[in-house]
Amino acid sequence: MALPAPTAHVEHARRSFRDVVALADLNLQVAAGEVTVLLGPNGAGKTTALRLLTGALAAESGEVRVFGLDPVSDGDEVRRRTGVVSAKPALYDRLTGWDNLRYAAELWDLGPSAPIEEAAARFGIASALSDRVGGYSTGMKTRLALARAVLHEPDLLLLDEPTSGLDPESSLAVLAMVDELAEAGTAVVMSTHLLLEAEGLADHVVLLEGGRDVLSGPPDALVHQLFPVPEVLLDATDPLALRRVLEGADGLRPDGVGSVHAGRGGLLVALDRPDRVPGLVAQLVGAGVDLTRVEPHRPTLEEVYLAVRRSDGWQPGDRLAEVHR
Amino acid sequence: MSARPAPRRGRSRTFTIARTDLRQLAQSPDFWAPMVVLALLFFVVVPAFLLIVLVRLPEEGVAASVSTALDLLPQQAQTRVLGATPVDRTSYALAVYLFAPIAVIVPMTISTAIGANCLVGEREKGTGEWLAQTPATEREIYLGKLIASLLPGYLTTLVGFGLYSLLVNIVVGPRVGGWFFPTRDWWVLMLLVVPPFLALTLSVVLRLSGRVRSAAAAQQASGLVTLPLIMLSYAQSSGALFGTRSALAFAALAWLGATWGLVRGQRAVQRSRLLGVD
Repeated sequence: MALPAPTAHVEHARRSFRDVVALADLNLQVAAGEVTVLLGPNGAGKTTALRLLTGALAAESGEVRVFGLDPVSDGDEVRRRTGVVSAKPALYDRLTGWDNLRYAAELWDLGPSAPIEEAAARFGIASALSDRVGGYSTGMKTRLALARAVLHEPDLLLLDEPTSGLDPESSLAVLAMVDELAEAGTAVVMSTHLLLEAEGLADHVVLLEGGRDVLSGPPDALVHQLFPVPEVLLDATDPLALRRVLEGADGLRPDGVGSVHAGRGGLLVALDRPDRVPGLVAQLVGAGVDLTRVEPHRPTLEEVYLAVRRSDGWQPGDRLAEVHR
Repeated sequence: MSARPAPRRGRSRTFTIARTDLRQLAQSPDFWAPMVVLALLFFVVVPAFLLIVLVRLPEEGVAASVSTALDLLPQQAQTRVLGATPVDRTSYALAVYLFAPIAVIVPMTISTAIGANCLVGEREKGTGEWLAQTPATEREIYLGKLIASLLPGYLTTLVGFGLYSLLVNIVVGPRVGGWFFPTRDWWVLMLLVVPPFLALTLSVVLRLSGRVRSAAAAQQASGLVTLPLIMLSYAQSSGALFGTRSALAFAALAWLGATWGLVRGQRAVQRSRLLGVD
């Protein structure tokens, strides 16, 4: 069966601003009902990538298609089906929350029956609709910006660092709403440099570096690609003794043990196979090591990110070698 | 996803943008309060004070000296000055040839202040990022901003000159044979010349607003644009440049220029500029 057409498709897109290359070579596929997270440091090209998708900026070369359309020449249609929350909430502070939503409803031609109250209630700001936005907290502004972005029930939702400046509770609420929207079938593209918020939310991660997508795929696949070797986190009452045994200082290196390096709360031990763990534990106990922790280790997105970021001129093969050196 | 309404074109988004801008303006007393004070000063307070003082002066002495200034008016304008005494003639001349042209500054100032801020202001506040990613076309955004800038200025012209007419007719009218203002030249100026002047000025100001980096820079640059137009309106009102008939031709030319300026001015709105990246 043929795969459904992606909601958005970017191939070898390039965009510069005078001498500054914002996007050097971006490739991106966005599917309906999925959350695609653009990860990268400041200046990696995340915001420019989102702007290309709405046609607000044109790519100098390469191909950008959204809903099968060119966002520059068919921008009206693309923007009609797209919702955007920019890094700053971009609200009209002198107007009330209701006026801000009404403005969006009119620009999107939603007519007098636009679901303004419903959208506000969905994001928990219905009671503040009659207040001026200038008096809103950062969290309320973000919620209003989200309500405005989904007022017309977009097929594609673009979020540029939507949790920037929010307290943890508000961030979690916003991320839960994003997840809910994706489950309802909306294609979501979210840029962030906060790895923790991408973890668990992203169906697809695109890591940007210098305007290029250096790594792309589902989080699990990326972890497996970069950390193909199973690891176990070990700790003991005497960590030095543990390390000595693992590194074979006494002449007997346990079976299947590869690299050993410090991890959070113990030593990360690479194994050639996952089923080595029981044997390893038995060997360590037999060597007199008093173990306090034995835990399979699943590398986080943060580790993936940092592993890629810490190397220059990265190539997939190089990365594996470097990470496990 | 639910069914969407069919795409709509034309005026509605333009008026939505204009209405929203005007609503924001109405919510900004820190912006419009000084403008109201300025309008009151130029249209009411200063003319009222000077005219009331003048008509109370004795015919000899200061009034006679002031009336010699009438000789500086163009010959064509001097023949139109009404009144039997030096005070009457001076009052008439001040009402028609001095205060009124100066008051034209007010609507120009208001419209250019709004216009100068309208595009660069969106960029500075960050709302340009959102506006650039709405379905509104560049043309709709431009026209919406233009209307929002034009209306307050022109409304001020009509209300201000209404008040001014009432004032000068009450204070000076009884001395020159009844209600005299607006004169024929002033009707032409207000109804036919000021609107294209405003439109032409705004077409340039909006282009500036779309290009410059800050609202302050837009304000500075727009001041240079309005100055020659104020001088032109002064010359027209004093009869130094045109008579009423030729003013009609001049108004037609001004409209042509305004149309050209407005069509070209549409280039002021580019999504990349609203984003602040170009």
